[in-house]
Amino acid sequence: MSNVWWITRRELTHYLRSPLGYVIITIALIIDGLLFNAVAVGPSQRLSSLVLQDFFWCASGTTMAASIFIAMRLIAEERQTGTLTLLATSPLADWQIVLGKFLGAVVLLAVMNALTIYMPLLLMLNGKISAGHLVAGYLGLMLIGATAVSLGLLCSALAPNQLIAAIAATGVILVFILLWILARLTTPPLEDLLAYLSIHDKHFRPFQKGLVSVADVVFYVSLSYVALLAATRALEARRWRG
Amino acid sequence: MIVVDKVSKLYGERAAVKDASFTIQAGEVVGLLGLNGAGKTTTLKMLAGVLLPTAGKIAVDGIDLTTNVEAVRARIGFLPEVPPLYPEMRVGEYLTFVARIKGLKSDIEGHVASAIADTDLGDVRDEFIGTLSNGFQRRVGIAQAIVHRPALIVLDEPTAGLDPKQMVHMRTLIAKLKARHTVLVSSHILNEIEHTCDRLIVINQGRIAAIGSEAELAGSVQGRGNVVVEVRGSKAAFEQAIRQSGVVAKTVIDSDTDGVIVATLELVNDAREALAQALVGGGLGLRRMERVQLELESIFLTLTGNKQAA
Repeated sequence: MSNVWWITRRELTHYLRSPLGYVIITIALIIDGLLFNAVAVGPSQRLSSLVLQDFFWCASGTTMAASIFIAMRLIAEERQTGTLTLLATSPLADWQIVLGKFLGAVVLLAVMNALTIYMPLLLMLNGKISAGHLVAGYLGLMLIGATAVSLGLLCSALAPNQLIAAIAATGVILVFILLWILARLTTPPLEDLLAYLSIHDKHFRPFQKGLVSVADVVFYVSLSYVALLAATRALEARRWRG
Repeated sequence: MIVVDKVSKLYGERAAVKDASFTIQAGEVVGLLGLNGAGKTTTLKMLAGVLLPTAGKIAVDGIDLTTNVEAVRARIGFLPEVPPLYPEMRVGEYLTFVARIKGLKSDIEGHVASAIADTDLGDVRDEFIGTLSNGFQRRVGIAQAIVHRPALIVLDEPTAGLDPKQMVHMRTLIAKLKARHTVLVSSHILNEIEHTCDRLIVINQGRIAAIGSEAELAGSVQGRGNVVVEVRGSKAAFEQAIRQSGVVAKTVIDSDTDGVIVATLELVNDAREALAQALVGGGLGLRRMERVQLELESIFLTLTGNKQAA
C-alpha cells in the first residue's frame, strides 16, 4: 500500500502548489455560501433540521461539480504532459496508480467539505440540529463526491485530454442523476433498476435527512469500485494498444 | 543482458516494429539509429514496459517482460523524449518520489544524493523543476532514470533541444553511466551516436536493418572499399597499371598536376596490396594510398535505403 500512499501524496502536493485546488475550493465555497443563504435559510423561518437538509441538498450539487473538475486532470493531464510514462515505467500496479489518485482527489474533496462546516455551525448557534444528522449528511456528501470522482477518473483515463474528460464526466454523472426521471417513465422491473441506479434521488436523500442506510453506502462504494476497476482496465489496455 | 526476440508491435493493421531481434550485453552503450517514424520510440517503449509487444519476447536479466512486467520495470530506467517531470516539485523532492515509486525501500537519501552528484544537479537540488532551463530539466530526466540504479538505462533522444555545450555535457554524462549501467540510446543525430556508442542498431521502417560497431557497419556497406592514391607518373601509365591490377572496379581521377595524379579508386575487394604492387610494377611512384572511411551518415543512408533521396 505504500506505493498508493506516494501517489496520493504527490496528488495532494500538486493541489497545494497549483492554483487548481484553491480555485475549485474557493468557487465551491462561494456557491455553497450563496445557496445556503438563498435556498437553505431562505426568507421565512423554518426548522433548523429542514434548513440543514436543504444545505446538504445544495452542497451535494457543488460537491459533484467540484468532483468533476478535481478528477478531470487525474490521468488525462499526466498523459498530456508525458508524466504518465514515469508511472507506467515504474514497478507500480495500475490499480495502485488509480487508487492513489482517487484517494488524493477524495482527500481534497474532504478538505473542501470540511470548510463548509461553518454553515451548519451557524445553524447550531441559532437553532437545534443533531450531531447525527450532521455526520450522516457529511458522510453522504463524501460518498456521492467520491462516486463522482471515481466516474470522473474513469473518464480521465479514457479521454485524450482534460477538457474531454470533464465533458464526458459531466455527461455520465448527469445521466446517473437523471435516471430517476427515466425510471418514472418506465415500468417494473426496469423502473426499479433505473431508480436504484439513480446516484442522487434514491440514495442521497436519506443522508440528507440524517439517515444512514447500509444499502445506500454499499451502492456508492460498489459504483465507485466498478468505476475504479474500469479505469484500471483502461490503463492496462493502453499498454497493449499504445 | 537484454534479449529482444522477434518482437513486433502492431497499431491496428500497421506494424510499427516488425520481427526485431537483438541482444545487448551488460555494460554496453548501444545506439538505436533510425529516421523519424522508423520505430525507435516504439522499440524503446516496449523495452521500458510502457507498451507490451504484440508478438515476440523481451527479457531483461532473464525476466520475461510480458509475464513479469513490474519486475522488468524495476530493472530499467527510462528517459522519454519529453522528460516526465512535475514542474511544481523541487528537484530533490521529485527524485525522492521517483525513488520510492521505483520500489526503493532503504537508503533513499543516498540514492538521490548519488543521482544528483552523477548529473551535477547539486546547485539546483532545492529549485522547482519548472523554473529550470531545458538543459537542467534533461539532467533531471536522466537523474530520474538512474536514481534506482537500474541495470538498463533507456534514453530516447537525450540531446533533443540542447545547445552544443549542453550536448557535450550530455555525452559526457552518458559515457559516465557506462561504468555502472547498460545504456540503450536512440537518436537520429548521427554525430551524437557516433561519439557515444559501442555498437549501433539501425532500424528502418520497423525492421532491424543492421547491427554492429560503426566499423562493422561501414564494412558491410563498403564491401569492396574505396581508396585514394597519389602517384607520380603519366596518366597513360597509371591507367595501364590500374587495368593490369585487376582489382579496380571504378576510377575517378581527382587531379593530374605536374605529373602527380590523385585518384579515388573503388576496389572489387580490399586488395590494397595487389593495387600497390601493380602501381609500383607499372613504373609509377606511389606517394600515398589511404582507405576512404565512410562517414556514419553515408553508412546510415545506405542501410536505410535513402542514399538516392539524400
